[in-house]
Amino acid sequence: MPDRRQLLLVVITLVILCLPLIVQNTYFLGILIVIGLYAIIAGGLGVLMGYAGQVSFGQAAFYGLGAYAAGILATRYHCPPLLCIAIAPLLPTLIALLIGRSILTLREHYLALATLGFGILTFAFFNEFTELTGGPSGLTGIPYLSIGSFVLDTDREYFYLVWLAFGLTLLGIANLTKSPVGRAFKAIHSSELAAEACGINCASLKLQAFGLSAFLAGLAGSLYAFWVTFLGPSPFGFTASMEFVLMVVVGGLGTLWGPLLGAVIIVGLAEFLRWAVPVVLPAAGGEFEIVFFGIIFVLILLLRPQGILIPALNQKDRNRKMRDRQCSA
Amino acid sequence: MGIESQYMQYLFSGLTLGSIYALIALALVVTFNITGIFNLAIGEFLAVGALSAVSLRAIGLPDVLAFALAVLIAGLLAALMERTTVYPARKASVLTLIIITIGVAIALRGAALLIWGTHPYPLPAFINVPPLNLWGAVIVPQSLLILLLAVTAVGLLFAFFELTYVGKAVRAAMINRTAARLVGIYPERLSLLAFTFSGVLAALAGIFITPITTATYDMGFMLGLKGFVAAILGGVTNVTGAIVGGLLLGIVEAIAIGTLSSGLKDAIAMIVMIIVLLTRPTGILGSGRNSI
Repeated sequence: MPDRRQLLLVVITLVILCLPLIVQNTYFLGILIVIGLYAIIAGGLGVLMGYAGQVSFGQAAFYGLGAYAAGILATRYHCPPLLCIAIAPLLPTLIALLIGRSILTLREHYLALATLGFGILTFAFFNEFTELTGGPSGLTGIPYLSIGSFVLDTDREYFYLVWLAFGLTLLGIANLTKSPVGRAFKAIHSSELAAEACGINCASLKLQAFGLSAFLAGLAGSLYAFWVTFLGPSPFGFTASMEFVLMVVVGGLGTLWGPLLGAVIIVGLAEFLRWAVPVVLPAAGGEFEIVFFGIIFVLILLLRPQGILIPALNQKDRNRKMRDRQCSA
Repeated sequence: MGIESQYMQYLFSGLTLGSIYALIALALVVTFNITGIFNLAIGEFLAVGALSAVSLRAIGLPDVLAFALAVLIAGLLAALMERTTVYPARKASVLTLIIITIGVAIALRGAALLIWGTHPYPLPAFINVPPLNLWGAVIVPQSLLILLLAVTAVGLLFAFFELTYVGKAVRAAMINRTAARLVGIYPERLSLLAFTFSGVLAALAGIFITPITTATYDMGFMLGLKGFVAAILGGVTNVTGAIVGGLLLGIVEAIAIGTLSSGLKDAIAMIVMIIVLLTRPTGILGSGRNSI
């Protein structure tokens, strides 16, 4: 039913366009911007996980690399912000392409651990190389994004920029998945061996997907840098990497809208719990709302392991198919 | 202090922390080979064990009883985790299982934060003996106790594997799950045992390290991760490898902290892990697959 789909698309676009007009509160507007940024990262990771079938628990490292690259270019070399946003994502992409060739030969647990290790390594780098990154005290003095004399210094303007970037990302991914490359990704996901047998160069394609995911994470990072104008290492740690994976899985692997839905759910849930838990349990301090965060994720994964967007009935079929495949393997 | 005694010092502090890594790696390897799951929540059992021990001691229980109860708590918690999350999802994809164990880890860490807060809890050394002086290196007695714990745990584990019926069944399931099933062993049933065992072992490691490092709600994350590095260093399928990997990682880290910078300690473990994964995925002990 293409008509209903198009209608849905128009509705979603309109809602997004109108949101900043309805939401006046800067706190909520900030959350919406974060959702947009995370949706870009999750979108890239969704291509890697949902289509190419590879996992990365180090995505926050690419996010951070993009942010720091943009921040350092802007503060130290006084690059015009727009040029920074164009150049900065190239750094994580390059690193992903460099490490990807060897890391992506690993599978399952080993790939998860290797990418996780890379994430922690990069995080230590952000903390330790204080001359370059400012270390734990942070990198300050990043200017606002300006195009000519037009300065994007309000959250509302930034909202439109971030969501424009997300829209373009989504469009790109939608086209990619319909292209021969996208179909080749899906083939790799189903069976690498069979894909190789059909003449698909798995290693190269997996690398491309990894590079794309790093590029998008870097893009979100550079956008983030010019929004907050201050960079500390904390948003780029393991927790963030894991949240990105959760967004993709919760939204539904291999779906176009899944990563956006996942980002909405996870950012929304985290913020809701941060607000709700102290109201219900005023005695406790710290960020222990992560208890509920953890429990809710385990529940979602137990009840809907294929993600929220995939209908339950369909899921049963898939499970059966998966079992058949395992039996015949 | 001469250069030799300095390296002696690194060696001993490396062996101490390395023994802890080895114990965690041991727990991970046994669980992994029986269930096919890397339990990313292992560090949280270590933290829960250590923190419970401190609290139980604080309410006036004698040391030994407090420690035994704490170990029991961690073991039961691990068993509960297996029954409520891992077992129902045992047919799910590897990715789902990894995320489930991470989810459990987050929930447990949050619960620990809720119960114990953020500040560190000390525990006095188990025995009151002045530090020893060995070849110019100073060794706290607690380090020796940790080494003793590691040796005892490994010894008991070997005895369990070699002498008991269940141990042999576990070994069979570790070597080949399908073949084990063919001769009437249920790897699924052993899964509960494996998780309980890993919780117990992690809690013991946590309690023994606390007099040296103090216990905090988030102590488990990095220690658990180092346990993974140790397990990978040793080749994951290999109990001996896990021990060697743990000790080796401890020593490498200690030398790196001494000669480079303490801030890069975690980075070094990760570099070691990535290099081993890429160059020797079967671990430093080489191709001896499935040997116990």
